[in-house]
Amino acid sequence: MKVKELVCIGCPLGCNLKVEISGEGSMEVTGNTCPRGADYAKKELTDPRRIVTSSVRVKGGHLPCVSVKTETDIPKDKIFDCVRALKDVELLAPVKIGQVVAEDVAGTGAAVIATKEIFAR
Amino acid sequence: MKTEIAIIGGGPAGLAAAVAAREAGVEDILIIERDNELGGILNQCIHNGFGLHTFKEELTGPEYAGRYIEKVEELKIPYMLHTIVVDIAENKVITVMNKEQGMFQIEAKAIVLAMGCRERSRGALNIPGYRPAGVYSAGTAQRYVNMEGRMPGKKVVILGSGDIGLIMARRMTLEGAEVQVVAELMPYSGGLKRNIVQCLDDYDIPLKLSHTVIDIKGKKRVEGVTLAQVDENRKPIPGTEEFYECDTLLLSCGLIPENELSSQMGVELNPVTSGPVVNESLETNVEGVFACGNVLHVHDLVDYVSGEAKTAGENAMAYVQGTLMQAGKEIPLKGENGVRYTVPCTVDKDRMAEKQVVRFRVGNVYRDSFLCVYYNDKCMSRVKKKVMAPGEMEQVVLLRSKLDAFDGLESITIRIEQE
Repeated sequence: MKVKELVCIGCPLGCNLKVEISGEGSMEVTGNTCPRGADYAKKELTDPRRIVTSSVRVKGGHLPCVSVKTETDIPKDKIFDCVRALKDVELLAPVKIGQVVAEDVAGTGAAVIATKEIFAR
Repeated sequence: MKTEIAIIGGGPAGLAAAVAAREAGVEDILIIERDNELGGILNQCIHNGFGLHTFKEELTGPEYAGRYIEKVEELKIPYMLHTIVVDIAENKVITVMNKEQGMFQIEAKAIVLAMGCRERSRGALNIPGYRPAGVYSAGTAQRYVNMEGRMPGKKVVILGSGDIGLIMARRMTLEGAEVQVVAELMPYSGGLKRNIVQCLDDYDIPLKLSHTVIDIKGKKRVEGVTLAQVDENRKPIPGTEEFYECDTLLLSCGLIPENELSSQMGVELNPVTSGPVVNESLETNVEGVFACGNVLHVHDLVDYVSGEAKTAGENAMAYVQGTLMQAGKEIPLKGENGVRYTVPCTVDKDRMAEKQVVRFRVGNVYRDSFLCVYYNDKCMSRVKKKVMAPGEMEQVVLLRSKLDAFDGLESITIRIEQE
C-alpha cells in the first residue's frame, strides 16, 4: 500500500488529504471536509486538471480587457496552450457574464467564457 | 441629503450589507463607492475559488461580485460611483465629493463601514536602495494585468508570500513573464496552502522562507534585487546574499484595514487588527456605526465577508428601526497564548444569536495543539488541531444557551495549549 499526502485546492480551506492506494489501485481519501476533496485527490493522482483563468482584449468597452475562465477544468499540461490560444482573441463590447469567448480551447473540449460584464463605452 | 443607512464602500462587504438591510425592510439605503463600478477588489481577482460556501459553486471574483451587483440592481438599492468620502463626523454626517456635484454632505441614521483594506507599501517595509520604477504592490500589478491589460514587467521577483503575491506569481507566468522566486521573511507562508500548490508548485516557482530583499539595484528602472536569508530575529545573515537580475519587484507583504475615516469619527481601533473594536452586533463604540469585511479584520474567504456583512446590515436595520436591543452587560473576549485577537471583542448574552461565531488569527504555526475556550478560568472546550497557521483564519462558535447556563460569567478566553 502506498500513501500520498496532498493539499486540496478545491476551496481556500486547503484540507490536508491523505490518500491510501491499495495494490489494486483503489484509493481511500481521508482528511477532506467535503466530497470535492476526495474527487480532487483521485483526479490529481490520475489525471491532474485545473480551471484556467485569464483575460482577453475588448474593444469599445469601459475596460480594455475582460476576465475569462475555462468552463470546466482542463488537463494541467494544456494550461499554456490554452492561454496562448486566448492571446489573439479580441471581443467587441458589450460582453455579458457567461458569454462564450472561445470553443474547444486548445483541443481540450472546454469552452472559455467571460466572467465579467463589460459595458459599451 | 439624508439616508437611513449609509454604506461606505461598494465591495463585497458593502454589497452584502446593503442587500441584507434592504431584504430586512429598510427602504432608504445608499452605497458610496469611489471606483467607477461596484464590486471592489473582486473585480481584479479573476482567479476561481470564490463562493463555495455562499453559492455552493466555484466562481471567479468578478462573477461573485456580479451576483451581488445583480441583487443590488434588482432591489433598486441606490449607489453613487466615483464618489469619495472625505470625512465622517461623530453625528454621522458624511462629507463626500465627486466630479458632478462637488463636495456635499449626507446625513445618515446608521453607517456601515465597509472600506476594505490596502496593501503594505514599500515605504512601510524599509527596503534600502534607490526608488526606481518597477516596484509594485502585488495588487497594483494585479489590477494592471487583469483589468487594464498591461504587463508591469518581464523578469520578476516577489517579496512576501501573501495570497495576492502567490496568485500574481502564476498570473505573470501565464502572461509570459519569468517569475524567478518568491521570498518570505517569516519561516512560514502568509498565504493559503492551496495557493502554494496551484500557483507555485504547479509552475516550479521556488518559495524561499526566512528570506528578504536587502537591496534594490537600479536608478531609473529596477535592474535586480539582492536576497538574503534571515535569522530567527529576522536579521539578514552575512554571506547568504544572492543577486537576482530582474526588472520588476512585486510586494505582497500584508494588508492593513483602511480606517482613517473610522478613527477620524472617534471609532476605537484594535491595535492588533488595525480594525474597529466591535461587539457581537458588529457595532463599534460609536452607536449606530457598524463594521464588516476587511476594514474590520483581513479575511481569507470572501464568503465569510459576505456572512459578516449580512449581520452588520441586519443590525444596522434593527438600529434604525429601533429594534436593536440596548446594550447590556458586555462580556469581554480575550485571545491568549498565540491567539492574537478576536472579532468580536465583546459579547452581550441578551443581544447575541444562539450561535455566535468568533474569528481570530494565531501568531505562529502550531502543530498538534489544542484550541481551548475558557469561561472565567474554567476550560469549557478543548479541541485538538493538527495545524494552525497565521495565514489561515480560525474560528470558535459560542452557544448562547451555554453562556446563559454558566453562573457569574465575567470573561471568555480563547487560547492555544500544548499536550
